[in-house]
Amino acid sequence: MDTTGSFLMPPAQSTYAGDVDALFNFILIAGLIIFVIVIATTVFFSMKYRRKGMATKTSGTDHNLGLEILWTAIPTALIVIVFIWTFRSYIKMSVVPGDAIEIKVTAQKWFWTFDYAEGANSVNELVIPVNQPIKLLMSSQDVIHSFFIPNFRAKMDVLPNRYSITWFEATSTGTYDLFCTEYCGKGHSEMLGSVRVVSEEEYKKWIDEGSDPGKGLTLEEFGRKLYVKKACNTCHTTDGSKGVGPTFKGVFGREEIMEDGTPITVEENYIRESILEPKAHIVAGFQPVMPTYQGLLKDREIDAIIAYLKTMKAE
Amino acid sequence: MSNAEGHPTHLAHHFSTTEQQKDSAKIGMWLFLLTEVLLFGGLFCAYAIFRAWYPDLFHNAHSFLDTGLGATNTVVLITSSLTMALAIRAMQLGNKNATIWNLVATLGLAGTFLVIKYIEYSHKFHLGQLPGKYYTFTGVEGGNPHIFFSIYFMMTGLHGIHVIAGMITIGWMLYRTTKNHFSAEYYTPIEMTGLYWHLVDLIWIFLFPLFYLIG
Amino acid sequence: MSTATATNYLNEAKGWKSWLLTQDHKRIGIMYLAGIFFFFLVGGLLALIIRWELFTPAKDIMEADTYNRFFTLHGAIMIFLFIIPSIPAALGNFVLPLMLGAKDVAFPRLNLASWYLYVIGALFALYSIISGAADTGWTFYTPYSTSTSGSVVAIAVGVFILGFSSIFTGLNFIATIHKLRAPGMTWFKMPLFVWGLYATAIIQVLATPVLGITVVLLILERMVHIGIFDPAMGGDPVLFQHFFWFYSHPAVYIMILPGMGIISEVIATFSHKRIFGYKAIAYSSLGIAFMSFLVWGHHMFVSGQSELASLIFSFLTFFVGIPSGIKVFNWVATMYKGQISLKVPMLYAISFLILFSIGGLTGIFLGAVSVDVHLHDTYFIVAHFHYTMMGGTVIAFLAGLHFWWPKLWGRIYNETWAVVSCLMIFIGFNVTFLSQFIMGAQGMPRRYYTYPEEFQRLHGFSSVGSLILGAGFLIMTIYLLHSIFRGKKVGRNPWQSLTMEWEAESPPITHNFDKDMVLEHGPYDYDIVDAKYTEEGTL
Repeated sequence: MDTTGSFLMPPAQSTYAGDVDALFNFILIAGLIIFVIVIATTVFFSMKYRRKGMATKTSGTDHNLGLEILWTAIPTALIVIVFIWTFRSYIKMSVVPGDAIEIKVTAQKWFWTFDYAEGANSVNELVIPVNQPIKLLMSSQDVIHSFFIPNFRAKMDVLPNRYSITWFEATSTGTYDLFCTEYCGKGHSEMLGSVRVVSEEEYKKWIDEGSDPGKGLTLEEFGRKLYVKKACNTCHTTDGSKGVGPTFKGVFGREEIMEDGTPITVEENYIRESILEPKAHIVAGFQPVMPTYQGLLKDREIDAIIAYLKTMKAE
Repeated sequence: MSNAEGHPTHLAHHFSTTEQQKDSAKIGMWLFLLTEVLLFGGLFCAYAIFRAWYPDLFHNAHSFLDTGLGATNTVVLITSSLTMALAIRAMQLGNKNATIWNLVATLGLAGTFLVIKYIEYSHKFHLGQLPGKYYTFTGVEGGNPHIFFSIYFMMTGLHGIHVIAGMITIGWMLYRTTKNHFSAEYYTPIEMTGLYWHLVDLIWIFLFPLFYLIG
Repeated sequence: MSTATATNYLNEAKGWKSWLLTQDHKRIGIMYLAGIFFFFLVGGLLALIIRWELFTPAKDIMEADTYNRFFTLHGAIMIFLFIIPSIPAALGNFVLPLMLGAKDVAFPRLNLASWYLYVIGALFALYSIISGAADTGWTFYTPYSTSTSGSVVAIAVGVFILGFSSIFTGLNFIATIHKLRAPGMTWFKMPLFVWGLYATAIIQVLATPVLGITVVLLILERMVHIGIFDPAMGGDPVLFQHFFWFYSHPAVYIMILPGMGIISEVIATFSHKRIFGYKAIAYSSLGIAFMSFLVWGHHMFVSGQSELASLIFSFLTFFVGIPSGIKVFNWVATMYKGQISLKVPMLYAISFLILFSIGGLTGIFLGAVSVDVHLHDTYFIVAHFHYTMMGGTVIAFLAGLHFWWPKLWGRIYNETWAVVSCLMIFIGFNVTFLSQFIMGAQGMPRRYYTYPEEFQRLHGFSSVGSLILGAGFLIMTIYLLHSIFRGKKVGRNPWQSLTMEWEAESPPITHNFDKDMVLEHGPYDYDIVDAKYTEEGTL
């Protein structure tokens, strides 16, 4: 465990996280001192000047210039310190180093897609090398999302009409949480991902594999992998319970009733259509919320998913 | 309204003098006008922002507005502000008939304004220059031409609603004048209506150049 | 209801019509009180259900869609139907003319109209619930709010109407304060609660119309797709955020400023002492009102606004903090060498000092832009605004409610139960929300229906705290309702206060005072004047 973090904050694992935590701690300590003074004085006064019997006339003191200057000047001075501090750390957070690796991030209800310059892509798992600045160029396909990695102290809204940018440099390897922090509807709290920080060599290897992800796997195994990797599991369960979408348990060969009442038997072409044009035929009782995977999946990957679903044939 | 202790009938029980009541009404009305300005302020803000983003679009689209009709409407509204002021002046002098005729003239001019606005609107509806997704016109160069017309219809529409509200109030004042509710001593409601009407006029005086004249 | 022989505003006219058509500011205040109390219970119940769902990380009692509707309703109801009208429209309406020595507010009919607008706005909000309810969060961010299937238009219309209710109350108060002060009451002899209401009214009049036009644009965007906020049509969703926060940041001062006014009254009265730094407190209210219009961008540090804008907003934000801090120091200094009696309103005032200080100081973390990047939209924010809105405004409202309760009804509540409930609320509140600061700093995002396991312990704490809090409010509801009919009768001035409302009967007669009021002494002249005692009014 890294110990540069504040005792309230998660471990600090990016180059600028330490700055943020130092300022956090400064405000925390200064605030606690002021708080303790104010409350101790309040409690002390309410004990010491407790009324005894009927109220009589009291002191008419209603100002004290010295005191008033003091309690205006000290907070003002503290605030100026905090502002200068935050100014410097914010500038550091805002200026992207020139040698940063650029990764394209696409957010949509309710998953993250990461596209690498080398052609590799991944869903809900951002793989980055350690000690190397990373620049994220982000945009959304639908509503506003927000990209948040607590351990890096990095957060940026992801907007539908323009690119937003954030950057960070991880300081230690490991796997960290990635959250969506702008409310985006039903699946908001399941729009989770992870950031895997790996060594330089491992990253290179991952990028190479990324161009041919199914290498060495059978079609079914590859499909099972994609089921998790492409975030199908966010909405479709395999244990029969109802998610945002229909369960995959026993899905292949099952007869589903569509919204308009017509029955459709789930076979290869229906699965393919559901992946590429998800809104064409909606199973009754579900919302048309699945995004299209057009362009996100290669033909071989669709084949793999179909093969995987076949392993879960209806009895 | 109480009549005891020599309170005039128009003086509410919780005020001690006519002066105090009138001053309160004035403060209240000016504050209300301030909220109206801020209500339109949001739209003026939207206008400024989109104009800065799409200067060419605003330039091209504005030429589809009929400056002649807009100018006529400006003259109509300014004249109505004059007749409104004359109505108040007449009541200050205790001249009930002049007040009535001036209020009728104000109403007539406000009606004329709406008729001209109706002609303009129906022409645009016909061409498909409608706000947002209903926009079908193809003659404007530049992207997103519906934005210009969305803002145009929102601002002139909201202003139109204010004109109608003003006409209702003026009509009510007309009724109360004929019923002898006002006198040279007490005419605060007409004066307040006048303030409101001048604001409605003033907003148009901003809308006219922003939409019709500058490109 | 009060002394059998005397007539007062409560018993002078009878029947429901005499209430629904009343122009008496006191009756209108009571009707507002009934309305906000009802919605506070509804909003509170929603909060308890939300905390129940969040007790464990997984789904417990409802679907995600239901949860999203519940937290939206909790926020919208608490903000638009409870907090904003709570102090000004309910307590302020009742007390303001009495404090000024006036017979009524400047525009009694408009006052009644404001109440009806409140009711109509509330009906729209209720209609939105039965027609599917909005699931956008109370902030209605586009493009989510323009694309969701939830019932957004009805609640937006409700918010628009409630906005005008608030505007008319503010307008009425400004005119009242300008024109209806008793002879001799100069601006600097006004009670500080009046200053608080005045500053609030200015914001109500200046900021609320912008919210009005924003929700109109939102409604039009949803109904006819005008394209202003829609990225697909050349619009900009972030523009909505600017519009929204231009109102909604000043709105947090609509909520807190009158609360600060109450605290000034309560601390001076129960310390039996001249208030320290009268002018500093009065001017700081106006200063806060002015500054509140310049800091909306601090809600948008990670929205993609320019870095320069973020830094400027961060800088300005800190300077709203200073006047609030000065007020706190002045209140504490007021207690010095006073004669302090720790009655229920004073206990609430002391809880206010503690909770509001925490709320204010945690605001510094959020004003510092680099720290806010981490804390934005986490439970840290949730905890922060509950400390200011609930620990600040609601606690101040309760201080005021217990302070003026004898004036409202001529009867007083049971002191023991009131102390018990005050302590339960204080403890329950801290257990509920202190844990949320820690979760937030650790990265727990807000508006999550399910959450990672590592946050379970803190969420559990928070849920248990909410139960204590709920029980405290339940006890309060019971003893307050009981006291209206069965409470001990009190005289004009049970707290020996020097502000003018205590010279009226408890409860006051319909025209407030039995004589024309003239100011004889300042509101806090505890060093010059002996407070008037009444036989029932002993402490």
